[in-house]
Amino acid sequence: MEYWNAFWIGGLICALVQILMEKTKMMPGRIMVLLVCTGAVLGALQIYQPFADFAGAGANVPLLGFGNLLWKGVKEAVDDEGFIGIFMGGFKASAAGISAALVLSYIVSLFSKPQMKK
Amino acid sequence: MQQTGKQSLRFAEAPFIISSASVAGTKEGEGPLGAEFDVIGRDDRFGQETWEEAESTMQKEALTLALGKAHLKADEIRYLFAGDLLGQDIASSFGLMDFGIPLFGLYGACSTCGEALSLAAMTIAAGYADRAAAVTSSHFASAEKQFRFPLAYANQRPRSATWTVTGGGAYILAKKAAGGAFSGDGAAGSQNTGSGGCRIRIPGITTGKIVDFGIKDSMNMGAAMAPAACDLIAQHFEDFACGPECYDRIVTGDLGTVGQEILIDLLQKKGYDIKDRHEDCGIEIYDGASQGTGAGGSGCGCSAVTLSAHYLKMLEDGSLKKILFVPTGALLSPVSFNEGKSVPGIAHGVIIERG
Repeated sequence: MEYWNAFWIGGLICALVQILMEKTKMMPGRIMVLLVCTGAVLGALQIYQPFADFAGAGANVPLLGFGNLLWKGVKEAVDDEGFIGIFMGGFKASAAGISAALVLSYIVSLFSKPQMKK
Repeated sequence: MQQTGKQSLRFAEAPFIISSASVAGTKEGEGPLGAEFDVIGRDDRFGQETWEEAESTMQKEALTLALGKAHLKADEIRYLFAGDLLGQDIASSFGLMDFGIPLFGLYGACSTCGEALSLAAMTIAAGYADRAAAVTSSHFASAEKQFRFPLAYANQRPRSATWTVTGGGAYILAKKAAGGAFSGDGAAGSQNTGSGGCRIRIPGITTGKIVDFGIKDSMNMGAAMAPAACDLIAQHFEDFACGPECYDRIVTGDLGTVGQEILIDLLQKKGYDIKDRHEDCGIEIYDGASQGTGAGGSGCGCSAVTLSAHYLKMLEDGSLKKILFVPTGALLSPVSFNEGKSVPGIAHGVIIERG
């Protein structure tokens, strides 16, 4: 059941965003920012976390989940450290994801090259 | 008096296109004109490490081939007019520096082929050179990096976007026609009409001005360029006191299917009906249905390879007598686009006829 929820909710989010890609003139970068911000706002409104508890990776892996994670990190750091936490929490919470993306894409770039689109 | 009308020149002595060459990528090779290109790359890297070097290589090969066909050496060319789509024209500068020919680097977006041919023709007609060359190119992968995203980013493309042509074209223009079958050695000027020795010349040009209709959609360049093409063609008819009937074909550069429709409509409103003789290099070069190329091909390479491989051959074999070649350009940069500016268009008209 856990897998099933992650699968259909993750798929649903991707499908909705695909509609944004196809039907609006927004560039991919803008859609990305929109998703992260929406995730943070939904997190702040206490909506995203219950949703993420239900859907697991289906809600955490898409960019909305990243926004939520940033919010969570900032909130916890502010609770622990006060004002300075605004600047620390986001990166601390997302450190694993960001570092993994950087390191893994570097490794991949060592043995693969972009090809022409067909 | 060679100046005619507001924006045109009618050359007293029309310069000749004595040879040309086209180098194209794999997708273009699989398209409807595939059999007509001089060289089709085995892959789109042309043996190079980067896409930019690949594009430079296409320019180098195209010019080398065109020189070879005309039996000329690089030092017999007085001026080179060249351009591409990349920032600072790097495909041209790195591709052409080894030839050691005095260079004017040009940027006219996808209209550069017409700009280069116009300037080369003017230079020769004015007596500043006996021979000059025009070289232009574009490469799908380097243009994506320049204007959209690097291919490594693997973004999705909307189906309405045009597809930048991977290709480079080179033209050698001269005061005197080449001898039969390009075998002349410069003792030309003779009325040699031997086999294949047809003489293709540029009797006049019309230079376009920037036309901005305030279109802000970088994925719909055809609509941005069509008003510029309309303006140019209407001005051309006025300057030369002629109409669509003077030409067997009116060939635009890369308006694509969307832009073609707009152009025909706009010209109809001005009282010119070009529907039966309009063709667009961007539509001819790909089979949109089977190749997934959206509205058609684009880029400086699009009109450059299509003119050389397709239309010049038809002029040579006599199936066309006279065409108006109108490469069109969308003058956008990633900077101006991100700053919310519109996409202005430009077009250049070159009359090409069988002499």
